[in-house]
Amino acid sequence: MLERFNMVNRLSPDANMVLTTVDKAVNLARANSLWYLLMGLACCSIELMQTGGPRADIDRFGSLFRATPRQSDLMIVAGTVTLKMAPRLRLLYDQMAEPKYVIAMGSCANCGGPFDLSYSVLRGVDKIIPVDVYLPGCPPRPEALTEALIKVQEKIKKEKYFLKKEG
Amino acid sequence: MSKYSSQEMVLNMGPHHPSTHGVLRFILQTDGEMMVKAVPDVGFLHRGIEKIAEKLPWQGFMPYTDRVDYVASVNCNLGYAVAVEKLADIAVPEKAEYLRVIAAELSRIGSHFIGFGALLLDLGAVTPFVHALRERETFNDLMEMLCGARLTHNYVRIGGVSQDLPQGFKTKCRNFVDHLEHEFIDEFNDLISYNTILINRLANVGVITAEEANEYTLTGPNLRGSGVKFDLRKDEPYGIYDRFDFDVPVGTGKYGVPGDCYDRYWIRIEEVVQSCRIIRQALYGLPGSGEIRTRLAKPFTVPAGEIYVRTESPRGELGYYLISDGGKNPFRLKIRTGSFSSMTIIEHLSQGVMVADLVAIIGSLDVVAPEIDR
Amino acid sequence: MDPEKLITILTSRLGIAVQSMDAMKNDDLMIVVDKKHLITAAGTLKNDPALGFSTLMNHLGVDYGDSMAVIYNLYSPALKQKVTVKVYLDRDNPEVPSLERAFRGIDWFERETYDLFGIRFIGHGNLKRLLLPEDWDGHPLRKDYVYPALYNGIETARIDMMNETDEAGEPHV
Repeated sequence: MLERFNMVNRLSPDANMVLTTVDKAVNLARANSLWYLLMGLACCSIELMQTGGPRADIDRFGSLFRATPRQSDLMIVAGTVTLKMAPRLRLLYDQMAEPKYVIAMGSCANCGGPFDLSYSVLRGVDKIIPVDVYLPGCPPRPEALTEALIKVQEKIKKEKYFLKKEG
Repeated sequence: MSKYSSQEMVLNMGPHHPSTHGVLRFILQTDGEMMVKAVPDVGFLHRGIEKIAEKLPWQGFMPYTDRVDYVASVNCNLGYAVAVEKLADIAVPEKAEYLRVIAAELSRIGSHFIGFGALLLDLGAVTPFVHALRERETFNDLMEMLCGARLTHNYVRIGGVSQDLPQGFKTKCRNFVDHLEHEFIDEFNDLISYNTILINRLANVGVITAEEANEYTLTGPNLRGSGVKFDLRKDEPYGIYDRFDFDVPVGTGKYGVPGDCYDRYWIRIEEVVQSCRIIRQALYGLPGSGEIRTRLAKPFTVPAGEIYVRTESPRGELGYYLISDGGKNPFRLKIRTGSFSSMTIIEHLSQGVMVADLVAIIGSLDVVAPEIDR
Repeated sequence: MDPEKLITILTSRLGIAVQSMDAMKNDDLMIVVDKKHLITAAGTLKNDPALGFSTLMNHLGVDYGDSMAVIYNLYSPALKQKVTVKVYLDRDNPEVPSLERAFRGIDWFERETYDLFGIRFIGHGNLKRLLLPEDWDGHPLRKDYVYPALYNGIETARIDMMNETDEAGEPHV
């Protein structure tokens, strides 16, 4: 089990001590308690709610929904972003504290989706905020959203804050 | 109140807030906890669906009708298909009519789960909402068996439906409907509906009289909650709805006054039971074999003319006004939704209530943002 | 109700306000009314005891290219009958009296028609944009509308992947 987190027990098998680096320990804590900001705008928000629901439970990964940006470190943009909503989205993103991550869920958040033909739709949320994981689908299944969350977790586990140089 | 001098406060509620109705914004003018006025500001999900309709062919527009009301997508598909078929005089096969009724009533059940679930979540009761989501998962499974999609179904086509019933669907559907009517609704009512706190929060709050409901053009469960018995499935039947036997629940002031929030909540629970009855009758009467779709001409054009067709969606009257100039695309398509009218009455109802009651009023009217903004 | 009988009653009650009256599909009746007589015609349709078209079902605007129109769908619960009232407008200066005093629920319908078409409703208490942002230019549902390329610094131009080529002259797909 410990190998999964890259933490190796180099002493005897029944010793209860783990040797690891500070980076790995901190990343473990950060990746397994990603609290997400409920940015449910349109149809994908129903699938986001179902993912938090009883069957595909996102809470078992440590994720919890927060309604305020100050307490969250992941923003799941679920749904179409219109030009009227875009400044408010940017304002909410700016209010989140670093380090922060963004999942663009659904076709509308990736590139405008079926509403690319419209006059009042922002064609992709990456025009205003940086995106870490793009999740296609219309709407994506709860299993797909769970996969996207795991990809963000993998991205977090590779980050290095305390080790300045390699080796 | 009047012996203290006070100043009015302007608060902003939304567009991003932890309620499930979508992106809505209210500008509240309050005098302490008592509201003076709540002005809604809408348009945060305006995606220009009516303009897109003028660029796409008649059948190609069907997936966009899903997104007009995504919790009850089959009902929106059905309204558009019925409107085009009446304008172009296309006959629908018998088996397809039964399949449409089954899918539409299942969609109505799924939508009401979100409807009263969201109201309870806004009031602070988180557990009943999760119960409703669990039942909605079974509904999602059934729709996935039927048409392949969990949320935006795109099941109805102009001239019929897209897929036939797969193996095992009838048994699973019948079990689901029996479980809902005989086990789940009673369990749910015991859990929350007779709870004193809920009754105190919803009864006698946000009372809409029948005259006000007609003046503000409310439709659907909001109109029936005020005592007006008007259901388009009975009064202007479309498809084969005149063959089924079901009741139309009307608000009678169960714990308070007729037309309060509790009536509008209780009607949605009763409508789930009535939809179960309709589905059972439709499964019994479903023909074993037959066409599911009429072949359309290629290229498909609709003769010039205008028509207004309205159907009963879970949030009210869903009307499609179509103008055709004989071409391959609609010339003008207007979608009239129930939530649009329900929003107009909020400003009138919000005068003199507390801020917490405003949340109950908005939840009991069951508005969703894409229906308002389209 | 029998369409002939309805046409007779309506012609006698509405008089000179009517420009034409035809049957429509789905048991409906299309009445084209002159702009000057709209308020009296709507009042008669709503208040006359033999008619009673007191429920407003729908209201929309249309752009025909050379003219515009507004359409009202009314319903009479007593007669169980629908009727559609259409008023043609001049495209260069589209103005029509507001029916807010007669049908209180038409408030937001008229605001939406103003927002998307630019048709002004005289006598409306609060004619502002409803669905689009306050600083939006133009009225999108008009037939000659050009999509904006920039909105408050955000690039909103649409790239038609199937039919256009990029800067180097190569097709996108």
